[in-house]
Amino acid sequence: MIERIGALVVAALAWAGEVGLFGLRALREALRPPFEAKELLRQLYDIGSRSAPLIAVAGFSVGIVMSMHSRSSLERFGAEALIPSVLALSLAREIAPLVAGLLVSGRVGAGIGAELGGMRVTEQIDALESLAVDSFKYLVVTRVLACMIAQPILTTFMSFTGIVGGFVAETVISDLSFRLYFDRAFSSMQFVDYVPASLKTVVFGFIIGTVSSYLGYNAAGGAEGVGKASTKSVVYSSILLILANVVLVKMIIFFFPEEIG
Amino acid sequence: MSANEAVIRFEEVSKSFGSKRILQDVSFDIARGSAFCILGRSGTGKSVTLKLMIGLLKPEQGRIFVEDQEITALHARELPPVRKTMGFLFQNAALFDSLSVGENVAFPLRRHTNKPEADIKDRAREKLAQVGLEHEYDMMPADLSGGMRKRAGLARALALNPSILLVDEPSAGLDPMTSAEIDSLLLNLKSERDTTLVVVTHNIPSARRIGDELVVMHEGHFIAHGTAKELDQSDHPVVREFMKSEGGG
Ligand SMILES: Nc1ncnc2c1ncn2[C@@H]1O[C@H](COP(=O)(O)OP(=O)(O)OP(=O)(O)O)[C@@H](O)[C@H]1O
Ligand SMILES: [Mg+2]
Repeated sequence: MIERIGALVVAALAWAGEVGLFGLRALREALRPPFEAKELLRQLYDIGSRSAPLIAVAGFSVGIVMSMHSRSSLERFGAEALIPSVLALSLAREIAPLVAGLLVSGRVGAGIGAELGGMRVTEQIDALESLAVDSFKYLVVTRVLACMIAQPILTTFMSFTGIVGGFVAETVISDLSFRLYFDRAFSSMQFVDYVPASLKTVVFGFIIGTVSSYLGYNAAGGAEGVGKASTKSVVYSSILLILANVVLVKMIIFFFPEEIG
Repeated sequence: MSANEAVIRFEEVSKSFGSKRILQDVSFDIARGSAFCILGRSGTGKSVTLKLMIGLLKPEQGRIFVEDQEITALHARELPPVRKTMGFLFQNAALFDSLSVGENVAFPLRRHTNKPEADIKDRAREKLAQVGLEHEYDMMPADLSGGMRKRAGLARALALNPSILLVDEPSAGLDPMTSAEIDSLLLNLKSERDTTLVVVTHNIPSARRIGDELVVMHEGHFIAHGTAKELDQSDHPVVREFMKSEGGG
Protein backbone atom coordinates (compact mmCIF):
# COMPACT_ATOMS: atom_id res chain seq x y z
CA MET A 1 0.00 0.00 0.00
CA ILE A 2 2.66 2.46 1.06
CA GLU A 3 4.75 1.37 -1.91
CA ARG A 4 1.88 2.12 -4.26
CA ILE A 5 1.32 5.55 -2.77
CA GLY A 6 5.06 6.13 -3.01
CA ALA A 7 5.06 5.19 -6.68
CA LEU A 8 2.12 7.50 -7.31
CA VAL A 9 3.85 10.39 -5.58
CA VAL A 10 7.03 9.78 -7.58
CA ALA A 11 5.04 9.68 -10.84
CA ALA A 12 3.21 12.88 -9.93
CA LEU A 13 6.46 14.65 -9.09
CA ALA A 14 8.09 13.45 -12.31
CA TRP A 15 5.11 14.75 -14.25
CA ALA A 16 5.18 18.08 -12.45
CA GLY A 17 8.90 18.34 -13.14
CA GLU A 18 8.38 17.75 -16.82
CA VAL A 19 5.60 20.32 -17.00
CA GLY A 20 7.75 22.74 -15.02
CA LEU A 21 10.60 22.38 -17.50
CA PHE A 22 8.16 22.91 -20.34
CA GLY A 23 7.01 26.15 -18.69
CA LEU A 24 10.55 27.35 -18.02
CA ARG A 25 11.42 26.66 -21.64
CA ALA A 26 8.47 28.84 -22.65
CA LEU A 27 9.77 31.69 -20.46
CA ARG A 28 13.28 31.35 -21.84
CA GLU A 29 12.11 31.22 -25.45
CA ALA A 30 9.94 34.26 -24.82
CA LEU A 31 13.12 36.32 -24.54
CA ARG A 32 14.54 35.14 -27.85
CA PRO A 33 13.46 36.73 -31.14
CA PRO A 34 11.43 36.50 -33.28
CA PHE A 35 8.71 37.72 -30.93
CA GLU A 36 5.34 36.54 -32.10
CA ALA A 37 3.69 39.86 -31.25
CA LYS A 38 0.72 39.46 -33.55
CA GLU A 39 -0.09 36.00 -32.29
CA LEU A 40 0.40 37.16 -28.69
CA LEU A 41 -2.15 39.93 -29.20
CA ARG A 42 -4.58 37.47 -30.72
CA GLN A 43 -4.18 35.19 -27.72
CA LEU A 44 -4.55 38.09 -25.29
CA TYR A 45 -7.83 38.92 -26.95
CA ASP A 46 -8.96 35.33 -26.91
CA ILE A 47 -7.86 34.56 -23.36
CA GLY A 48 -8.32 37.99 -21.82
CA SER A 49 -11.11 39.97 -23.42
CA ARG A 50 -13.25 36.98 -24.12
CA SER A 51 -13.08 35.82 -20.50
CA ALA A 52 -14.22 39.24 -19.29
CA PRO A 53 -18.01 38.62 -19.41
CA LEU A 54 -17.66 35.43 -17.38
CA ILE A 55 -15.41 37.17 -14.87
CA ALA A 56 -17.79 40.14 -14.64
CA VAL A 57 -20.87 38.05 -13.96
CA ALA A 58 -19.02 35.90 -11.43
CA GLY A 59 -17.47 38.91 -9.68
CA PHE A 60 -20.78 40.71 -9.49
CA SER A 61 -22.57 37.70 -7.99
CA VAL A 62 -19.79 36.91 -5.55
CA GLY A 63 -19.81 40.58 -4.48
CA ILE A 64 -23.51 40.49 -3.74
CA VAL A 65 -23.31 37.25 -1.79
CA MET A 66 -20.24 38.32 0.19
CA SER A 67 -21.79 41.64 0.98
CA MET A 68 -24.89 39.94 2.40
CA HIS A 69 -22.73 37.62 4.50
CA SER A 70 -20.56 40.39 5.89
CA ARG A 71 -23.64 42.45 6.70
CA SER A 72 -25.10 39.62 8.78
CA SER A 73 -21.84 39.23 10.73
CA LEU A 74 -20.85 42.88 11.05
CA GLU A 75 -24.34 44.03 12.05
CA ARG A 76 -23.95 42.15 15.32
CA PHE A 77 -21.08 44.46 16.23
CA GLY A 78 -22.71 47.54 14.86
CA ALA A 79 -19.92 47.77 12.30
CA GLU A 80 -21.94 48.02 9.07
CA ALA A 81 -19.78 50.90 7.95
CA LEU A 82 -16.94 48.43 7.52
CA ILE A 83 -18.82 46.32 4.97
CA PRO A 84 -17.32 47.98 1.89
CA SER A 85 -13.73 47.71 3.07
CA VAL A 86 -14.10 44.16 4.37
CA LEU A 87 -15.54 43.19 1.00
CA ALA A 88 -12.82 44.99 -0.96
CA LEU A 89 -10.04 43.48 1.13
CA SER A 90 -11.25 39.92 0.92
CA LEU A 91 -11.91 40.24 -2.80
CA ALA A 92 -8.50 41.71 -3.58
CA ARG A 93 -6.46 39.46 -1.33
CA GLU A 94 -8.01 36.09 -1.86
CA ILE A 95 -11.46 35.70 -3.38
CA ALA A 96 -10.87 37.32 -6.75
CA PRO A 97 -7.44 35.70 -7.38
CA LEU A 98 -8.74 32.25 -6.56
CA VAL A 99 -12.16 32.44 -8.20
CA ALA A 100 -10.82 34.13 -11.33
CA GLY A 101 -8.01 31.56 -11.43
CA LEU A 102 -10.42 28.65 -11.28
CA LEU A 103 -12.81 30.20 -13.80
CA VAL A 104 -9.99 30.88 -16.25
CA SER A 105 -8.56 27.39 -15.84
CA GLY A 106 -11.99 26.13 -16.78
CA ARG A 107 -12.60 28.34 -19.78
CA VAL A 108 -9.10 28.92 -21.06
CA GLY A 109 -7.44 25.70 -19.88
CA ALA A 110 -10.02 23.54 -21.62
CA GLY A 111 -9.79 25.72 -24.72
CA ILE A 112 -6.00 25.59 -25.02
CA GLY A 113 -5.90 21.87 -24.25
CA ALA A 114 -8.47 21.13 -26.95
CA GLU A 115 -7.11 23.55 -29.54
CA LEU A 116 -3.47 22.49 -29.32
CA GLY A 117 -4.48 18.84 -28.91
CA GLY A 118 -6.59 19.06 -32.06
CA MET A 119 -3.74 20.70 -33.94
CA ARG A 120 -1.35 17.98 -32.78
CA VAL A 121 -3.45 15.00 -33.82
CA THR A 122 -4.42 16.51 -37.18
CA GLU A 123 -0.74 17.26 -37.90
CA GLN A 124 -1.29 21.03 -37.97
CA ILE A 125 1.64 21.44 -35.57
CA ASP A 126 3.80 19.40 -37.96
CA ALA A 127 2.46 21.57 -40.78
CA LEU A 128 3.65 24.70 -38.95
CA GLU A 129 7.08 23.13 -38.58
CA SER A 130 7.13 22.14 -42.25
CA LEU A 131 6.46 25.80 -43.08
CA ALA A 132 9.61 26.75 -41.17
CA VAL A 133 7.73 28.09 -38.14
CA ASP A 134 8.90 27.29 -34.61
CA SER A 135 5.64 25.78 -33.38
CA PHE A 136 6.66 25.98 -29.73
CA LYS A 137 7.23 29.72 -29.90
CA TYR A 138 4.24 30.34 -32.08
CA LEU A 139 1.73 28.28 -30.12
CA VAL A 140 3.04 27.70 -26.61
CA VAL A 141 5.06 30.79 -25.71
CA THR A 142 2.29 33.11 -26.88
CA ARG A 143 -0.36 31.30 -24.85
CA VAL A 144 1.69 31.08 -21.66
CA LEU A 145 2.55 34.78 -21.88
CA ALA A 146 -1.02 35.76 -22.68
CA CYS A 147 -2.27 33.87 -19.62
CA MET A 148 0.35 35.54 -17.41
CA ILE A 149 -0.59 39.00 -18.65
CA ALA A 150 -4.35 38.45 -18.68
CA GLN A 151 -4.69 36.86 -15.26
CA PRO A 152 -3.87 39.89 -13.05
CA ILE A 153 -6.02 42.11 -15.26
CA LEU A 154 -8.98 39.74 -15.11
CA THR A 155 -8.53 39.41 -11.35
CA THR A 156 -8.55 43.16 -10.86
CA PHE A 157 -11.62 43.35 -13.05
CA MET A 158 -13.28 40.73 -10.87
CA SER A 159 -12.51 42.66 -7.68
CA PHE A 160 -14.00 45.73 -9.27
CA THR A 161 -17.20 44.03 -10.40
CA GLY A 162 -17.37 42.38 -6.97
CA ILE A 163 -17.35 45.78 -5.28
CA VAL A 164 -20.04 46.98 -7.67
CA GLY A 165 -22.05 43.87 -6.76
CA GLY A 166 -21.55 44.66 -3.09
CA PHE A 167 -22.76 48.19 -3.67
CA VAL A 168 -25.88 46.97 -5.44
CA ALA A 169 -26.62 44.62 -2.52
CA GLU A 170 -26.18 47.50 -0.08
CA THR A 171 -28.38 49.99 -1.95
CA VAL A 172 -31.30 47.66 -1.38
CA ILE A 173 -30.85 48.22 2.36
CA SER A 174 -29.16 51.56 2.86
CA ASP A 175 -28.98 54.68 0.72
CA LEU A 176 -25.20 54.92 0.60
CA SER A 177 -23.95 56.80 -2.49
CA PHE A 178 -21.71 54.95 -4.92
CA ARG A 179 -19.02 57.55 -4.28
CA LEU A 180 -19.06 57.04 -0.53
CA TYR A 181 -19.22 53.28 -0.90
CA PHE A 182 -16.13 53.30 -3.09
CA ASP A 183 -14.26 55.66 -0.77
CA ARG A 184 -14.95 53.32 2.11
CA ALA A 185 -14.05 50.26 0.07
CA PHE A 186 -10.62 51.63 -0.78
CA SER A 187 -9.93 53.55 2.42
CA SER A 188 -8.14 50.69 4.10
CA MET A 189 -6.70 49.16 0.92
CA GLN A 190 -2.91 49.23 0.81
CA PHE A 191 -0.07 48.25 -1.45
CA VAL A 192 0.32 44.90 0.34
CA ASP A 193 -3.31 44.06 -0.23
CA TYR A 194 -3.11 44.43 -3.95
CA VAL A 195 0.38 43.96 -5.35
CA PRO A 196 1.45 40.62 -3.84
CA ALA A 197 -1.94 39.14 -4.67
CA SER A 198 -1.60 40.34 -8.24
CA LEU A 199 1.86 38.80 -8.55
CA LYS A 200 0.29 35.61 -7.29
CA THR A 201 -2.17 35.71 -10.18
CA VAL A 202 0.71 35.98 -12.64
CA VAL A 203 1.86 32.62 -11.28
CA PHE A 204 -1.69 31.30 -11.66
CA GLY A 205 -1.67 32.43 -15.29
CA PHE A 206 1.66 30.69 -15.78
CA ILE A 207 0.24 27.47 -14.33
CA ILE A 208 -2.88 27.55 -16.49
CA GLY A 209 -1.00 28.40 -19.69
CA THR A 210 1.79 25.90 -19.09
CA VAL A 211 -0.30 22.92 -17.98
CA SER A 212 -2.88 23.23 -20.74
CA SER A 213 -0.29 23.94 -23.45
CA TYR A 214 1.78 20.98 -22.30
CA LEU A 215 -1.17 18.61 -22.41
CA GLY A 216 -2.40 19.90 -25.77
CA TYR A 217 1.00 20.15 -27.45
CA ASN A 218 1.85 16.58 -26.45
CA ALA A 219 -1.59 15.09 -27.08
CA ALA A 220 -1.83 11.77 -28.89
CA GLY A 221 -4.54 9.31 -29.79
CA GLY A 222 -7.04 11.03 -32.04
CA ALA A 223 -10.28 12.67 -30.94
CA GLU A 224 -10.27 10.78 -27.68
CA GLY A 225 -6.79 12.06 -26.88
CA VAL A 226 -7.93 15.61 -27.58
CA GLY A 227 -10.86 15.21 -25.20
CA LYS A 228 -8.56 13.88 -22.52
CA ALA A 229 -6.07 16.70 -23.01
CA SER A 230 -8.87 19.20 -22.59
CA THR A 231 -10.34 17.63 -19.45
CA LYS A 232 -6.95 17.05 -17.87
CA SER A 233 -5.98 20.66 -18.57
CA VAL A 234 -8.84 21.86 -16.40
CA VAL A 235 -8.37 19.30 -13.64
CA TYR A 236 -4.60 19.56 -13.34
CA SER A 237 -4.34 23.30 -13.67
CA SER A 238 -7.10 23.80 -11.05
CA ILE A 239 -5.43 21.45 -8.59
CA LEU A 240 -1.98 22.93 -9.15
CA LEU A 241 -3.43 26.40 -8.81
CA ILE A 242 -5.09 25.57 -5.49
CA LEU A 243 -1.90 23.96 -4.16
CA ALA A 244 0.26 26.83 -5.40
CA ASN A 245 -2.11 29.24 -3.69
CA VAL A 246 -1.32 27.71 -0.29
CA VAL A 247 2.41 28.09 -0.85
CA LEU A 248 2.11 31.59 -2.31
CA VAL A 249 -0.09 32.90 0.50
CA LYS A 250 2.42 31.53 2.97
CA MET A 251 5.19 33.33 1.08
CA ILE A 252 3.27 36.58 0.90
CA ILE A 253 2.66 36.51 4.65
CA PHE A 254 6.33 35.75 5.20
CA PHE A 255 7.59 38.59 3.02
CA PHE A 256 4.86 41.09 3.87
CA PRO A 257 4.07 40.40 7.54
CA GLU A 258 2.06 43.63 7.73
CA GLU A 259 -0.65 41.99 5.66
CA ILE A 260 -1.90 40.00 8.65
CA GLY A 261 -2.12 43.03 10.91
CA MET B 1 25.55 22.28 -60.58
CA SER B 2 25.74 18.90 -62.28
CA ALA B 3 22.60 17.18 -63.49
CA ASN B 4 23.18 14.25 -61.18
CA GLU B 5 23.85 16.27 -58.07
CA ALA B 6 22.00 14.73 -55.11
CA VAL B 7 19.54 17.09 -53.45
CA ILE B 8 18.35 14.55 -50.92
CA ARG B 9 20.54 11.73 -49.69
CA PHE B 10 19.82 8.96 -47.18
CA GLU B 11 22.83 7.13 -45.76
CA GLU B 12 22.01 3.86 -44.03
CA VAL B 13 18.96 5.28 -42.36
CA SER B 14 17.06 3.18 -39.84
CA LYS B 15 13.79 4.19 -38.24
CA SER B 16 11.52 2.27 -35.94
CA PHE B 17 8.61 2.95 -33.62
CA GLY B 18 8.99 0.81 -30.52
CA SER B 19 9.77 -2.66 -31.76
CA LYS B 20 8.30 -1.92 -35.20
CA ARG B 21 10.98 -1.45 -37.86
CA ILE B 22 9.95 0.99 -40.57
CA LEU B 23 13.26 1.58 -42.37
CA GLN B 24 16.34 -0.58 -42.11
CA ASP B 25 19.69 0.68 -43.41
CA VAL B 26 18.12 2.48 -46.34
CA SER B 27 20.41 4.50 -48.62
CA PHE B 28 19.53 6.43 -51.77
CA ASP B 29 20.05 9.71 -53.62
CA ILE B 30 17.52 11.96 -55.28
CA ALA B 31 18.94 14.01 -58.16
CA ARG B 32 18.18 17.69 -58.59
CA GLY B 33 15.21 18.38 -60.80
CA SER B 34 14.12 14.76 -60.91
CA ALA B 35 10.90 13.14 -59.76
CA PHE B 36 11.22 10.33 -57.26
CA CYS B 37 8.15 8.20 -56.67
CA ILE B 38 7.72 6.10 -53.56
CA LEU B 39 5.37 3.16 -53.87
CA GLY B 40 4.43 0.52 -51.35
CA ARG B 41 1.60 -1.12 -49.49
CA SER B 42 -0.32 0.80 -46.87
CA GLY B 43 1.60 1.04 -43.59
CA THR B 44 5.04 0.30 -45.04
CA GLY B 45 6.45 3.68 -44.06
CA LYS B 46 6.11 5.96 -47.08
CA SER B 47 4.79 8.90 -45.07
CA VAL B 48 7.45 8.29 -42.42
CA THR B 49 10.15 8.42 -45.12
CA LEU B 50 8.79 11.74 -46.36
CA LYS B 51 8.73 13.19 -42.83
CA LEU B 52 12.32 12.11 -42.30
CA MET B 53 13.32 14.18 -45.33
CA ILE B 54 12.05 17.41 -43.79
CA GLY B 55 13.16 16.63 -40.26
CA LEU B 56 9.71 16.13 -38.74
CA LEU B 57 10.95 12.72 -37.60
CA LYS B 58 14.48 11.72 -36.65
CA PRO B 59 16.04 8.37 -37.51
CA GLU B 60 17.74 6.30 -34.82
CA GLN B 61 20.62 5.61 -37.14
CA GLY B 62 22.04 6.97 -40.34
CA ARG B 63 22.36 10.41 -41.87
CA ILE B 64 20.04 12.45 -44.04
CA PHE B 65 21.26 15.29 -46.25
CA VAL B 66 19.24 18.03 -47.91
CA GLU B 67 21.22 20.32 -50.24
CA ASP B 68 24.52 19.26 -48.62
CA GLN B 69 23.22 20.04 -45.14
CA GLU B 70 23.13 17.09 -42.80
CA ILE B 71 19.68 17.74 -41.34
CA THR B 72 20.03 14.85 -38.91
CA ALA B 73 22.84 16.81 -37.23
CA LEU B 74 21.03 20.15 -37.13
CA HIS B 75 19.51 21.69 -34.03
CA ALA B 76 15.77 22.30 -34.20
CA ARG B 77 16.56 26.01 -34.47
CA GLU B 78 18.65 25.45 -37.59
CA LEU B 79 15.98 23.56 -39.50
CA PRO B 80 13.73 26.47 -40.59
CA PRO B 81 16.14 27.83 -43.24
CA VAL B 82 16.33 24.38 -44.85
CA ARG B 83 12.56 23.96 -44.63
CA LYS B 84 11.93 27.26 -46.38
CA THR B 85 13.30 25.68 -49.54
CA MET B 86 10.95 22.71 -49.20
CA GLY B 87 7.23 22.32 -49.70
CA PHE B 88 5.36 19.54 -47.93
CA LEU B 89 1.90 18.21 -48.71
CA PHE B 90 0.61 16.10 -45.83
CA GLN B 91 -1.38 12.99 -46.53
CA ASN B 92 -4.34 14.52 -44.65
CA ALA B 93 -3.55 18.02 -46.03
CA ALA B 94 -3.20 19.37 -42.44
CA LEU B 95 -4.74 22.73 -43.28
CA PHE B 96 -4.97 25.18 -40.38
CA ASP B 97 -8.64 24.89 -39.55
CA SER B 98 -8.80 28.30 -37.89
CA LEU B 99 -7.80 30.02 -41.15
CA SER B 100 -9.65 30.31 -44.46
CA VAL B 101 -8.30 28.38 -47.44
CA GLY B 102 -6.73 31.53 -48.86
CA GLU B 103 -5.16 32.48 -45.55
CA ASN B 104 -3.69 28.99 -45.31
CA VAL B 105 -1.87 29.60 -48.57
CA ALA B 106 -0.97 33.16 -47.57
CA PHE B 107 0.38 32.02 -44.20
CA PRO B 108 3.92 31.08 -45.30
CA LEU B 109 4.08 34.22 -47.42
CA ARG B 110 3.16 36.42 -44.47
CA ARG B 111 5.73 34.65 -42.32
CA HIS B 112 8.66 34.57 -44.67
CA THR B 113 8.33 37.44 -47.12
CA ASN B 114 7.97 41.20 -46.74
CA LYS B 115 5.57 41.50 -49.62
CA PRO B 116 2.75 44.02 -49.32
CA GLU B 117 -0.70 42.70 -48.47
CA ALA B 118 -2.01 42.94 -52.03
CA ASP B 119 0.89 40.92 -53.45
CA ILE B 120 0.44 38.24 -50.82
CA LYS B 121 -3.22 37.83 -51.67
CA ASP B 122 -2.43 37.80 -55.38
CA ARG B 123 0.19 35.11 -54.95
CA ALA B 124 -2.16 33.05 -52.77
CA ARG B 125 -4.91 33.35 -55.40
CA GLU B 126 -2.47 32.39 -58.13
CA LYS B 127 -1.41 29.26 -56.23
CA LEU B 128 -5.04 28.35 -55.56
CA ALA B 129 -5.83 28.83 -59.24
CA GLN B 130 -3.02 26.41 -60.15
CA VAL B 131 -4.86 23.68 -58.25
CA GLY B 132 -8.28 24.74 -59.51
CA LEU B 133 -9.50 26.44 -56.33
CA GLU B 134 -9.64 30.04 -57.52
CA HIS B 135 -13.15 30.50 -56.12
CA GLU B 136 -12.51 28.97 -52.71
CA TYR B 137 -10.26 31.66 -51.19
CA ASP B 138 -12.68 32.62 -48.43
CA MET B 139 -13.99 29.17 -47.58
CA MET B 140 -13.05 27.42 -44.37
CA PRO B 141 -11.17 24.10 -44.65
CA ALA B 142 -13.97 22.28 -42.80
CA ASP B 143 -16.36 23.18 -45.64
CA LEU B 144 -14.20 21.65 -48.38
CA SER B 145 -14.33 18.13 -49.77
CA GLY B 146 -11.41 15.80 -49.10
CA GLY B 147 -9.99 16.28 -52.59
CA MET B 148 -10.32 20.05 -52.37
CA ARG B 149 -8.51 20.08 -49.04
CA LYS B 150 -5.76 18.06 -50.61
CA ARG B 151 -5.40 20.56 -53.43
CA ALA B 152 -5.46 23.50 -51.01
CA GLY B 153 -2.67 21.78 -49.08
CA LEU B 154 -0.71 21.52 -52.30
CA ALA B 155 -1.24 25.22 -53.00
CA ARG B 156 0.10 26.02 -49.53
CA ALA B 157 3.11 23.79 -50.09
CA LEU B 158 3.81 25.68 -53.33
CA ALA B 159 3.41 29.16 -51.84
CA LEU B 160 7.10 29.85 -51.33
CA ASN B 161 8.12 28.35 -54.70
CA PRO B 162 10.09 25.57 -53.04
CA SER B 163 12.94 23.97 -54.91
CA ILE B 164 12.07 20.63 -53.32
CA LEU B 165 8.48 19.46 -53.16
CA LEU B 166 7.44 16.50 -51.03
CA VAL B 167 3.90 15.33 -51.69
CA ASP B 168 2.07 12.53 -49.92
CA GLU B 169 -0.51 10.98 -52.24
CA PRO B 170 -1.42 14.11 -54.21
CA SER B 171 -4.12 12.38 -56.23
CA ALA B 172 -5.77 10.40 -53.44
CA GLY B 173 -9.48 11.11 -53.48
CA LEU B 174 -9.39 12.93 -56.81
CA ASP B 175 -11.30 12.04 -59.95
CA PRO B 176 -9.19 10.92 -62.94
CA MET B 177 -9.43 14.35 -64.63
CA THR B 178 -8.39 16.40 -61.63
CA SER B 179 -5.74 13.83 -60.86
CA ALA B 180 -4.29 14.24 -64.36
CA GLU B 181 -4.31 18.03 -63.91
CA ILE B 182 -2.31 17.68 -60.70
CA ASP B 183 0.13 15.41 -62.52
CA SER B 184 0.67 17.97 -65.23
CA LEU B 185 1.09 20.72 -62.62
CA LEU B 186 3.83 18.65 -60.99
CA LEU B 187 5.46 17.95 -64.35
CA ASN B 188 5.39 21.66 -65.15
CA LEU B 189 7.11 22.52 -61.87
CA LYS B 190 9.78 20.03 -62.71
CA SER B 191 10.40 21.21 -66.25
CA GLU B 192 9.95 24.96 -65.72
CA ARG B 193 11.34 25.54 -62.24
CA ASP B 194 13.66 22.56 -62.00
CA THR B 195 11.79 21.55 -58.84
CA THR B 196 12.84 18.27 -57.28
CA LEU B 197 9.76 16.14 -56.65
CA VAL B 198 9.30 13.36 -54.15
CA VAL B 199 5.89 11.81 -54.64
CA VAL B 200 4.29 9.12 -52.52
CA THR B 201 1.55 7.52 -54.54
CA HIS B 202 -0.64 4.48 -54.95
CA ASN B 203 -1.48 5.55 -58.45
CA ILE B 204 0.78 3.53 -60.76
CA PRO B 205 -0.25 5.21 -64.02
CA SER B 206 0.52 8.55 -62.43
CA ALA B 207 3.87 7.27 -61.13
CA ARG B 208 4.69 6.16 -64.67
CA ARG B 209 3.81 9.60 -66.01
CA ILE B 210 5.77 11.69 -63.51
CA GLY B 211 8.44 9.44 -62.04
CA ASP B 212 12.00 9.48 -63.31
CA GLU B 213 12.83 6.96 -60.61
CA LEU B 214 10.47 4.68 -58.74
CA VAL B 215 11.06 2.77 -55.54
CA VAL B 216 8.90 0.13 -53.90
CA MET B 217 8.99 -0.06 -50.12
CA HIS B 218 8.47 -3.38 -48.44
CA GLU B 219 9.30 -4.51 -44.91
CA GLY B 220 11.83 -1.81 -44.17
CA HIS B 221 13.65 -1.92 -47.50
CA PHE B 222 13.45 -0.57 -51.02
CA ILE B 223 12.88 -3.83 -52.84
CA ALA B 224 13.06 -2.12 -56.21
CA HIS B 225 14.65 1.11 -57.41
CA GLY B 226 14.77 2.25 -61.03
CA THR B 227 12.79 3.64 -63.93
CA ALA B 228 9.28 2.38 -64.58
CA LYS B 229 10.66 0.24 -67.43
CA GLU B 230 13.25 -1.30 -65.15
CA LEU B 231 10.64 -2.06 -62.53
CA ASP B 232 8.48 -3.73 -65.16
CA GLN B 233 11.32 -6.21 -65.64
CA SER B 234 11.59 -6.96 -61.92
CA ASP B 235 11.05 -10.56 -60.88
CA HIS B 236 10.17 -9.69 -57.29
CA PRO B 237 6.54 -10.78 -56.84
CA VAL B 238 5.53 -7.69 -54.83
CA VAL B 239 7.00 -5.35 -57.44
CA ARG B 240 5.33 -7.27 -60.29
CA GLU B 241 2.02 -7.09 -58.44
CA PHE B 242 2.43 -3.34 -58.09
CA MET B 243 3.45 -2.58 -61.64
CA LYS B 244 0.59 -4.67 -63.01
CA SER B 245 -2.03 -2.79 -61.04
CA GLU B 246 -3.75 0.16 -62.59
CA GLY B 247 -5.33 1.07 -59.28
CA GLY B 248 -6.04 4.72 -58.63
CA GLY B 249 -5.85 6.55 -55.33
N1 LIG C 1 4.26 8.84 -34.91
C1 LIG C 1 4.18 7.50 -34.98
N2 LIG C 1 4.25 6.75 -33.87
C2 LIG C 1 4.20 5.40 -33.92
N3 LIG C 1 4.06 4.71 -35.05
C3 LIG C 1 3.98 5.39 -36.20
C4 LIG C 1 4.03 6.82 -36.23
N4 LIG C 1 3.94 7.24 -37.51
C5 LIG C 1 3.83 6.11 -38.24
N5 LIG C 1 3.86 5.01 -37.47
C6 LIG C 1 3.79 3.61 -37.94
O1 LIG C 1 4.71 3.47 -38.99
C7 LIG C 1 4.19 2.64 -40.00
C8 LIG C 1 4.32 3.34 -41.33
O2 LIG C 1 3.45 4.44 -41.36
P1 LIG C 1 3.29 5.38 -42.62
O3 LIG C 1 2.31 6.42 -42.27
O4 LIG C 1 4.61 5.82 -43.10
O5 LIG C 1 2.66 4.37 -43.68
P2 LIG C 1 2.37 4.66 -45.21
O6 LIG C 1 3.30 3.80 -46.00
O7 LIG C 1 2.39 6.10 -45.47
O8 LIG C 1 0.91 4.06 -45.36
P3 LIG C 1 -0.34 4.66 -46.18
O9 LIG C 1 -0.15 4.25 -47.59
O10 LIG C 1 -1.51 3.95 -45.57
O11 LIG C 1 -0.36 6.11 -45.97
C9 LIG C 1 2.76 2.35 -39.61
O12 LIG C 1 2.73 1.02 -39.15
C10 LIG C 1 2.44 3.29 -38.50
O13 LIG C 1 1.66 2.61 -37.54
MG1 LIG D 1 1.05 7.50 -45.78
